[in-house]
Amino acid sequence: MAIAAKRKGKADEPDAAPADLLRYYREMLLIRRFEEKAGQMYGMGLIGGFCHLYIGQEAVVVGMQAAITPQDAVITSYRDHGHMLACGMDPAGVMAELTGRRGGYSRGKGGSMHMFSKEKNFYGGHGIVAAQVPIGTGLAFGFKYRGQPNVCLTYFGDGAVNQGQVYESFNMAQLWKLPVVYIIENNKYGMGTSVERASATTEFHQRGAAHGIPGEAVDGMDVLAVKEAGERAVAHARTGKGPYILEMKTYRYRGHSMSDPAKYRSKEEVERMRTQHDPIEQLAKVLGERGIADEATLKKLDREVKDIVSAAAEFAQNSPEPDPAELFTDVLLEA
Amino acid sequence: MTALPMVEAIRLALGRAMEDDPDVVLLGEDVGLDGGVFRATDGLFKRFGEQRVLDTPLSEAGIAGLAVGLAAQGLRPVLEIQFTGFIYPALDQIVNHASRLRTRTRGRLTCPMVVRSPCGGGIRAVEHHSESPEAMFAHVPGLRVVIPSSARRAYGLLLAAIRDPDPVVFLEPTKLYRLSKEEVEDDGTALPLDRCFVLREGRDVTIVAWGAMVHEALDAATRLAAAGVSAEVIDVATLKPLDAGTIVASVAKTGRCVVAHEAPLTAGYGAEVAARLAEHALLNLIAPVVRVAGWDTVMPLPRLEHHYLPNAARIAAAARKVMTFR
Ligand SMILES: Cc1ncc(C[n+]2csc(CCOP(=O)(O)OP(=O)(O)O)c2C)c(N)n1
Ligand SMILES: [Mg+2]
Repeated sequence: MAIAAKRKGKADEPDAAPADLLRYYREMLLIRRFEEKAGQMYGMGLIGGFCHLYIGQEAVVVGMQAAITPQDAVITSYRDHGHMLACGMDPAGVMAELTGRRGGYSRGKGGSMHMFSKEKNFYGGHGIVAAQVPIGTGLAFGFKYRGQPNVCLTYFGDGAVNQGQVYESFNMAQLWKLPVVYIIENNKYGMGTSVERASATTEFHQRGAAHGIPGEAVDGMDVLAVKEAGERAVAHARTGKGPYILEMKTYRYRGHSMSDPAKYRSKEEVERMRTQHDPIEQLAKVLGERGIADEATLKKLDREVKDIVSAAAEFAQNSPEPDPAELFTDVLLEA
Repeated sequence: MTALPMVEAIRLALGRAMEDDPDVVLLGEDVGLDGGVFRATDGLFKRFGEQRVLDTPLSEAGIAGLAVGLAAQGLRPVLEIQFTGFIYPALDQIVNHASRLRTRTRGRLTCPMVVRSPCGGGIRAVEHHSESPEAMFAHVPGLRVVIPSSARRAYGLLLAAIRDPDPVVFLEPTKLYRLSKEEVEDDGTALPLDRCFVLREGRDVTIVAWGAMVHEALDAATRLAAAGVSAEVIDVATLKPLDAGTIVASVAKTGRCVVAHEAPLTAGYGAEVAARLAEHALLNLIAPVVRVAGWDTVMPLPRLEHHYLPNAARIAAAARKVMTFR
C-alpha cells in the first residue's frame, strides 16, 4: 500500500512539509547506516558485550521524535542506538560507547545498553526488560509535579509487555493522569519467542483498557503514520488527560542481538518485510512522487550520512581506552 | 564415556532428571524452541515436549512464583533465568516465598525448585550479564547455593539439586560453559550438596575458590609450585550450607589461607570463609586470611574487565604474601 493512501488525516491537510519529510528520511538513514556500521564493527571484535540493532524499526523513533519538543523526555530499552540518534545525540559519542572508549557517552562504562544524555533529555537505554516503564512513568510524574508542560515517551517491546511492572505503571499513570506516552515496539519477537507463543492476547494497544488508558495500533513502518498518531497521543498526555498507548507494528531485520540462531522465523518472512515494508524505501517513494527529492538528491544524502558514520567509527576506534582508575569513579559520591 | 564441555553436562543432567522423574519440569525464557541463550536446554523441547519444557513470557517475578506453586504441589520445577542480573525481579518470590515455605508450613509443604542461572564475568558482557551474586543468596536462610566448576561436578551437583527437597540457587559460570571438557558418565549419580572438593593437595597454603575462580586457583597453584610453594586448592561448590570442616582441616595443615572470588570484596562470601577460620582455626593460622576479590564497583565493560576480575597472578601474589607474613 502506498504510504500516503493510508493517512487518517484530512486529505487536504499536508501530513508534513517537504523539508520535514527530507529530514525524516535523513534521520532514518543515519540510524540505518549507523547500525550497519555497528554490526560490522561488532563482527570485527571492536565492540564487546551486547549489541542490539534497530534496523527495520527506524520509522518508529523518527516519527515519534517529530511529535515532541526537545524539552520532552525519552526513555527506552537496550535497543537504544536509534533513540539516541533521533534525540540528537552525537553519533561519535554513541559509537565510542559501543567500543567502550573514553570518548563514549558513559566514558566507556555503560556500553551499548547504558547511555544517557541529560542535555538531550534522553534517560537511557536499560538492560533489564521493562524496567524503564515505571522509570519513564516517574519522569512523567516529575513533569507534572513541577508543573512543566512536558511528556515522557516510554518505549518498550512486545516481550516487555508481559512484565508485571508495566501494569503497575499503567495503573499509577492513569490514577494520577501522568503525561506519559507508552510506545510498544511490536517487532513480533522477544528474543526467540514470537508474540503468539508468549502472549495470551496480542492486541497490545488494548493492554491499558482495564485501566481506561486509550490505545491504538499504528503502522510502525510508516514514519508519517507514526508521526500522526504520535501527535494525537502527545496532545492527550500534554493536556492533562493522562497516559496513552501506541502499539507500533514494526519489525527487526537483524537477530535479537549479534548472536542469534534465528530458528524462530524464516528467511522469507524477513525478506518480505525488507522488500515490501521498508520504512526508508517507502519514504523515498513519497519523496519522489511528490517531487521533493530525486534519486541524485537521495544519493547525495546517503553519502553525507555515510561520512558522518565513518567519522563516528573512526573516532570510536581511536578514542583512548578508559583509565583503569575509572573502575572506582562514580560509584558513590566521593567524600 | 565422552568428554563434554560443562554446558553439555548440564544438559545431560537435565535430560537424565527428566527421564527419571516425570515431575521434573523446565521453564524459562527461550529455553524451549530456542534451546536457551547458552544452549543448555537444546533438544529437550523436542525430546520431552512443550508440556515439560516451557517457553515462558518475559515475567521473572511471575515465573518464579509459578515455580513455587508447582513445587508446593510436589513437582520439581527447574527454572532458567537467562543471566543472574535478571534474577532480581524474581527475588521477592525466591526470598520471601520459596525459601520460607518449609518453615512456614512446619515442613508440611516444601519447595523442591531449582533456579539455574549463568553467572560471572569473562565473556565480555556488561553489568547484569556478568555478576556474581552468590553471597546475597547465601545470606538467605532456606536456600541452598551451588556453583559448579567442571563438567563432571556440574552434572552431579545439578542432579542433586533437582532431587533435593529444598530450593537451590544453581549458578553456572558462563566462562566455564565451553572452556574445557571432562569425561562425564551419564549414570545418574549425584554428588553430595554438603561437601567441598579438595582438587589439589598441598602443605603450605590453602586456596579456597568456587566457580570460574577455581581454574585461576589451580593455575596459581601450578605457578606457586614452580616457586617451591605447595598449595592446596579447594572448590567450595556448595556455598550454603558450607562444609567448613574440609576448609578448617586443610588450614589446620597449611596454616595459611587465600580466598578468591569474582564478586566485590566487601561483604562477599570470602568474609564468611575468613570468619569460619577465625572461629575454628585461629591457633592454626600462621598468617591472616587474605581475600582476592573483585573490586567494590559495578562490573565493568570488556575494556576494563581484566582489571576487575581476579586472576591466577593475583592469587599467587596473595599466596606469596601470606607465605612471607611475619
Ligand atoms: C528482566 C530481563 N529478563 C530477560 C532479559 C533478557 N532479554 C533481553 S531482551 C529480551 C527480549 C525482549 O523482547 P522485546 O521486549 O520484544 O524487545 P526487543 O528485543 O524485541 O526490542 C530478553 C528476554 C532481560 N534483559 N531482562
Ligand atoms: Mg520484540
